[in-house]
Amino acid sequence: MRALTWHGSKDVRVETVDDPEIVNPRDAIIKVTSTAICGSDLHLYDGVIPGVKSGDVLGHEFMGEVVETGAGSSLRKGQRVVVPFTISCGGCFHCAIEQYSCCENSNPAEKQDMSATLYGHPMAGLFGYSHLTGGYSGGQAEYVRVPYSDVGPIGVPDHLDDEKVLFLSDILPTGWMGAENADIGPDDTVAVWGCGPVGLFAVQSAIVMGAAKVIAIDHYPHRLELARKMGAEIINFRETNVREALMEMSGGIGVDAVIDAVGMEAHGFAVDNMLDVVKQKVGVGADRASALKQALLAVRSGGRVSIPGVYGGMTDKFPLGALMEKGLQVRTGQTHVQKYTKPLLEKIEDGTLDTTFLISHRLPLEDAANGYRNFKEQQDTWTKVVLKPGMEH
Amino acid sequence: MSNSTRNRLEATAGIAVALGAAAIGAVAAKLQEGRSSDDAPGRTARRSFGKHAVTGRTVTIRKPRAELFAFWRDFTNLPAIMENVEKIAIKDAAKGLAVWTIKAPAGRTVEVETTIVREDEGQLIAWRSVEGSQIETEGRVTFENAPGNRGTRVTLIIAYKPPAGDLGRAAAKLFLREPAVQARHDLKRFKAFMETGEITTSARRREGTRAAKQMEAA
Repeated sequence: MRALTWHGSKDVRVETVDDPEIVNPRDAIIKVTSTAICGSDLHLYDGVIPGVKSGDVLGHEFMGEVVETGAGSSLRKGQRVVVPFTISCGGCFHCAIEQYSCCENSNPAEKQDMSATLYGHPMAGLFGYSHLTGGYSGGQAEYVRVPYSDVGPIGVPDHLDDEKVLFLSDILPTGWMGAENADIGPDDTVAVWGCGPVGLFAVQSAIVMGAAKVIAIDHYPHRLELARKMGAEIINFRETNVREALMEMSGGIGVDAVIDAVGMEAHGFAVDNMLDVVKQKVGVGADRASALKQALLAVRSGGRVSIPGVYGGMTDKFPLGALMEKGLQVRTGQTHVQKYTKPLLEKIEDGTLDTTFLISHRLPLEDAANGYRNFKEQQDTWTKVVLKPGMEH
Repeated sequence: MSNSTRNRLEATAGIAVALGAAAIGAVAAKLQEGRSSDDAPGRTARRSFGKHAVTGRTVTIRKPRAELFAFWRDFTNLPAIMENVEKIAIKDAAKGLAVWTIKAPAGRTVEVETTIVREDEGQLIAWRSVEGSQIETEGRVTFENAPGNRGTRVTLIIAYKPPAGDLGRAAAKLFLREPAVQARHDLKRFKAFMETGEITTSARRREGTRAAKQMEAA
């Protein structure tokens, strides 16, 4: 089959690799019809996530048709499914309490050591996201082996196009959980850092959840415009002092909740961020956390901090004092996708949520490398790239 | 009996079973002198037990105690979850004798015969290599109810003594390399198998699985 493989920083290629096959009874093989490049794939592309090996197949947002099933799969051939990026066994303690992204079994035993050393506990298995998360072949390919296929994939009705449901795989539930973690009430002012796909979906979710005001922060005019269209007020951090603006826009109180949808490669002009850029470049592993640092200072005392943005390591000069002295509550984590797919599919069907506005480019899988480059370099206008195996050039 | 006293005795008993008669005296003495300040299991202490390498690990498995015990009691099930164990054959079920075929370097294998030294139905199984084995190893697995409906706490303790002879040493290097890592992986695979019915693998094809690679090398 053809698949997008990683070979180093800024080096991804579409190559021919072995087709997947049923390995375990609960597996299914999915023939991919649509797959997207995620903002978090850019962290892999930039080489700042450890544990990626040459030849690894990337991609964790995908959907398609079931073409083969193991004896223990509940799927049937020909079924259209969206596959969560988190692999969850359904049988462990964490799956039982719907903390699916903390699944204890989906990362193979012999692969758990690296993340256990880094974080104290191993990560769950994720598709196409380094050997820290199991080393699973990802979805930017013609076919994917999906383990525990009776737990993850959700069947979707034929009248909903791929583009309406594809983002159930990651970014829509991630934006939704980001807003849910901010514990939004009807009088709240909520600020969202980053108007990438997750940030935009967090904005949309916060509005659906009834926030009085949502403020979106970014520096790309087109992305800010998308946030404004959804009903958010916007701040361009290149033109405006963000903290001062947030204080004024929240009546001098500070925003009630903040959502960091930026993560470890934040842009920003603060001195410590510039220093972090250098450290990341020379490989001494500092997460650039300038958005989060700003959010911690901007949120009101006793407010909530939600972090859907991805971090992988350590960071310097973290405003720990603000966290404690202001009595903040922090909630974060990889998304418990399986918990959200069903209710969010209902919200797509009844028209409460629309995700198609986000897609700026549709490319054949063969052009995936091109897609990565542009998604990275032209972030203002390349808001979301959907790859389609078999699509004509 | 206070909790801490019970835990201390439990830790001491555990190591004693794991190490066998020869080492009990020395290890027990060390445990006594070093174990007065906290309630942690002895195997987590920051010191060693003489010539014996001892490691232990606990996992919680969301399955009933009896089911887990039954799986472990049939030693022929264990190669599926154990690193570098190719096969375990039952030599004499009544006497609890089993022969383990363990992968050694250069495509060779080494055999270790073990005997069950203690078995408490649903609670504990302890085994030990018989006299004259190339690898002197002992193991003990315990099963206890976890709080609420969390299932069963399974603790595996492995002890071994670096063996004599070139082949034995080479095999031990593989079989018993970093026993802590081995015990951890073995227990994690046990957990995955019992909770999901499968040994988790990220291999894209069957030939890429751990089991397939084991067969290939055999």
